[in-house]
Amino acid sequence: MNQQRRDFLRKAGLGAIAGLGAAAGMFPLFALEKTDLSGFSEKPMPGKVRWGMLIDTRKCREGCTECIARCHHDHNVPDFGKTKNEVKWIWKSGYEEAFPTASRQFQQPEVKERKVLTLCNHCAEAPCTRACPTEATFRRWDGIVSMDYHRCIGCRFCMAACPYGSRSFNWQDPRPAVKELTTAYPTRERGVVEKCNFCAERLVKGQLPACVDSCPERALLFGDLNDPNSGLRRALDENETMQRKPELGTLPSLFYII
Amino acid sequence: MIEKALKGGRGYWAWIALLLTCIGIGVSAYARQLTLGLGVTGMGRDISWGVYIAQFTFLVGVAASAVMVVLPYYLHNQKAFSKMVIVGEFLAVSAALMCMLFILADMGRPDRVVNVLRYPSPHSMVFWDVMVLNGYLLLNLIGGWAALGAERRSVPTAPWVRPLVFLSIPWAFSIHTVTAFLFAGLPGRHLWLTAVLAPRFLASAFAAGTAILILLSFILRKVARFDVGQEARNKLSVLAAYAGIANFFFLGTEFFTAFYSNVPAHKHSLQYLYFGLEGHAPLVPFMWFSLVVGILSVAMLVIPSLRHRNGTLAAACSGLVLSIWIDKGVGLVIGGFVPTPLEAVVDYLPTLNELSVTLGIWAIGLLVLTVLLKSVVAVRAQA
Repeated sequence: MNQQRRDFLRKAGLGAIAGLGAAAGMFPLFALEKTDLSGFSEKPMPGKVRWGMLIDTRKCREGCTECIARCHHDHNVPDFGKTKNEVKWIWKSGYEEAFPTASRQFQQPEVKERKVLTLCNHCAEAPCTRACPTEATFRRWDGIVSMDYHRCIGCRFCMAACPYGSRSFNWQDPRPAVKELTTAYPTRERGVVEKCNFCAERLVKGQLPACVDSCPERALLFGDLNDPNSGLRRALDENETMQRKPELGTLPSLFYII
Repeated sequence: MIEKALKGGRGYWAWIALLLTCIGIGVSAYARQLTLGLGVTGMGRDISWGVYIAQFTFLVGVAASAVMVVLPYYLHNQKAFSKMVIVGEFLAVSAALMCMLFILADMGRPDRVVNVLRYPSPHSMVFWDVMVLNGYLLLNLIGGWAALGAERRSVPTAPWVRPLVFLSIPWAFSIHTVTAFLFAGLPGRHLWLTAVLAPRFLASAFAAGTAILILLSFILRKVARFDVGQEARNKLSVLAAYAGIANFFFLGTEFFTAFYSNVPAHKHSLQYLYFGLEGHAPLVPFMWFSLVVGILSVAMLVIPSLRHRNGTLAAACSGLVLSIWIDKGVGLVIGGFVPTPLEAVVDYLPTLNELSVTLGIWAIGLLVLTVLLKSVVAVRAQA
């Protein structure tokens, strides 16, 4: 076999494999690994679902960090041990820091000292997705503000745009700082932004987000904001709740009971 | 014509060597940043932009200020600017180039920069900024280069150049407006969330940019015996004076709105910059220095007897550039991040690595400017 012919066969072979791969993407029938639709508890319809969360800060136990540990473990979030290069998806903030525009004079001392869970608000009018120049961060059909780590150019406009401080940048290689690697979620490279993804990788399997699942006090309630009969909406009907910085018009999908 | 930059005296080559050394330092620092990540800078989760974006913001203004000579020359037939126009255009080219390099240096994944073009997102101000900056660089490079080429062959400039130059006039305003919109459209960053940011950017740009042009004209006269003429300098100094007044007026309105309304969120960043917040006051001496020197410089430019003396004119221009560089190239970007969205007061200090990259980019810009202006001087000397 001469060199030319060998080259042709190699290229043709590669082309065929690439074609198969593309076909698998375009036609689900060709896919070697099929998406398990039964994994969805209710078949989600585009534009119909808007995932949201209610955090009952009264139930959240002081000093407990179960949800933080679980989330950061399940998503391979690195721990550098210092604040400058910190990456975090969910953390506890002081009441006055989380709700700076809701602070009032003579606030009850107990509330003032309370720690509240803070994470991405998955805003319906997200300033971060508007600022992103490559659609690397975008709002999904189910209301989740998601990240494409392979498209992000690391300009950090989304970080400047987010009024909640919910986004982290990988200032250095995160992999050596991941305590215990999990294969359930990919690790990131340095140079890209990341944040809470509302556990999209668990929702697709019909599981609740890791923070909700791991809370020993059941302080977190997850559900569909667009379904008036969901447990979440009923809880919102029955309780006085707050959103962070509502005056900015971002329409957060996170609600708090104080 | 570029070959003309290869001939020069000892002083010229010493200057080139100095710039190349600085570029070398910058490149090696950037290599380190590429290998280790942006963690080698002073930026962090809370103050996520620093010196790079601040220099970018300042330099967009310098680039835009070319319009201060192009507009009077082409639209109002001010012959006094005939020698100055090309200096302005080439200053714009080098400044726009530095802007792009600073953006590139600030990116976490510079290898993916083409994603901005692959996935065009008109809702993002960055997309528009990339468009207008590239366009502005090309307009000025083509316009300046074509005019210089025509001059070398002693023929009139080709007719297609004129529309490009006219286009560059509104384009100059657009680049700095879009740059202001990068900041002014972000909710929750109160120092930036102000409609006066774009006008203020333009005013400070025209003040600092024209002052730089005047200083450049002094340097060209001294080192290359290339004089753009006293009249051009006089006219520019008046422009710098009024732009400077407008700049400080806008700054004053920011203070009034924040402190008279007494809304805490509106006051915080200004308090941090000028008075200190919760015991953090690292920028206070710089901001007051900027304010005092800036106002004194504008006053010197306003007084005709001082403006017409070369020594005082150069001093006033240097003061104005320094003042606006501190205000825009340091205070505005860093101050906007303090306090953080979670009400923390965090300080930022650039690292040596970051400053080396910054030095390198400035040196690249100056090298490009030197080469372009050297060609201009050589062509003019020959004529």
